[in-house]
Amino acid sequence: MTDRTYGTALPGMPSEPLTGKLIVIEGADGSGRTTEVALLKTWLEIEGHAVVDTGLRRSDLVSAEIDRAKQGHTLGATTMALLYSVDFADQLENKIVPALSAGSTVLADRYIYTLMARAIARGASREYARELYGFALRPDLILFLDARPEILLHRAIAKYGSLDYWESGMDLCLSRDLFESFFLYQDRLSREFEWMADEYGFRRVDANRAPEQVHADVQQWVGPLYGGARAVVPRPARKAFRASVSRARR
Amino acid sequence: MPEHPPPAHGYPGRLLVFEGLDGSGKSTQAALLGKWLQARGYRVFFTEWNSSELVSSTIRRGKKKGLLTPTTFSLLHATDFADRFERRILPPLRAGYLVVCDRYAYTAFVRDAARGCDPAWVRTIYSFAPRPDRVFYFRVPVQVTLKRKIASRLKINYYEAGMDLGLSDDLHESYERFQTRLKQEYERLAESDRFTVVDSTRPVEAIQSELREDLRPMLENFPTGERLVHDG
Repeated sequence: MTDRTYGTALPGMPSEPLTGKLIVIEGADGSGRTTEVALLKTWLEIEGHAVVDTGLRRSDLVSAEIDRAKQGHTLGATTMALLYSVDFADQLENKIVPALSAGSTVLADRYIYTLMARAIARGASREYARELYGFALRPDLILFLDARPEILLHRAIAKYGSLDYWESGMDLCLSRDLFESFFLYQDRLSREFEWMADEYGFRRVDANRAPEQVHADVQQWVGPLYGGARAVVPRPARKAFRASVSRARR
Repeated sequence: MPEHPPPAHGYPGRLLVFEGLDGSGKSTQAALLGKWLQARGYRVFFTEWNSSELVSSTIRRGKKKGLLTPTTFSLLHATDFADRFERRILPPLRAGYLVVCDRYAYTAFVRDAARGCDPAWVRTIYSFAPRPDRVFYFRVPVQVTLKRKIASRLKINYYEAGMDLGLSDDLHESYERFQTRLKQEYERLAESDRFTVVDSTRPVEAIQSELREDLRPMLENFPTGERLVHDG
């Protein structure tokens, strides 16, 4: 059953097929990922699919440890990469796999690719990152919300009034200037996403545009997973959908 | 995936590792050797792998909720070892110390394999840990370790006994079966990773002098530190 995963399958995985769909949304902070996850979830539920959403650093097991480590900045790069992998493995085994077994759609707000890119940007080799996460399930669809760094910058400022320490890669000491560090770090990350896009088959979505346009593109990719005929929202659902768009944007 | 022993480190220090089952006598020997090396004027750094607060608190939580699996268990220990490696092993190794390690990545290899993780995957996870200059493996029958354990009135803990594997409901029986698995894995590694095998059923003194004899050639050209403590 190793073709379900990229590398070695985990011990204790169910042998029966996983009937649910695993959809991954990747993209930098400010790429509109979270908004799109909310829109997509609503749409899929209106279509009648059970959806479980998941993201990074949401497992009960080590999220407190990760928060503590970030505050203290005391852990080394390898330690941090491994700590994130514990969190991911925990979610995979205790949340994603059971949901897929039950036939639900799992909507992942980021997946191993972000974790790999971050680890590599901090000195891990691509080989190491690839093997470390070899146990991850292959998603049915990986959407990459691609936005220019300037757009990301503007959205971050509009939302938080500033730039985030970690999203700017300040721990890497690329520059003492927050803005410069942000661009250097985002550049590193996109270099990693570049090769992963080929290797893992990302579907690129132009995220420099408004949420509605992004969502329309996403629907074109997601629709075919469910038979494909109805990539358009049925009429009675449109109103509810428009309301959810404006909710998500607020 | 094929399994490969890790590459050598190339740092000025030397990495001396002590491996073996609980109760095999490795900690006693490591401590004695450390004393001797120090007395001979070498810069020695001693480190042991006991679970840190990070791991023990997480394991406590995971156990309560029944969330831990062989994979999260393995990755959690890898995280702990990485922290120990990055903070306690690598700096003295780079600074030219003799680093004496009571347990190293091999402990994880045997435990994870006994829990069903793929050995090649586990090796990859630990590929940041270089090959030691010497691995002393303290070979001892499982029965002997059990006797030592009982004699010293140390409590056998849940994970030491591999109770999470459901081998037996009886703590002693589970311990014996699990330790037997670990021993099999150690024996396999002794071969593939060229451990220096030490017959640990002999008296402490005999083993210690064997270790010292074994290290003499390696130490011949190894620089001693400034003598902070002057010769008697």
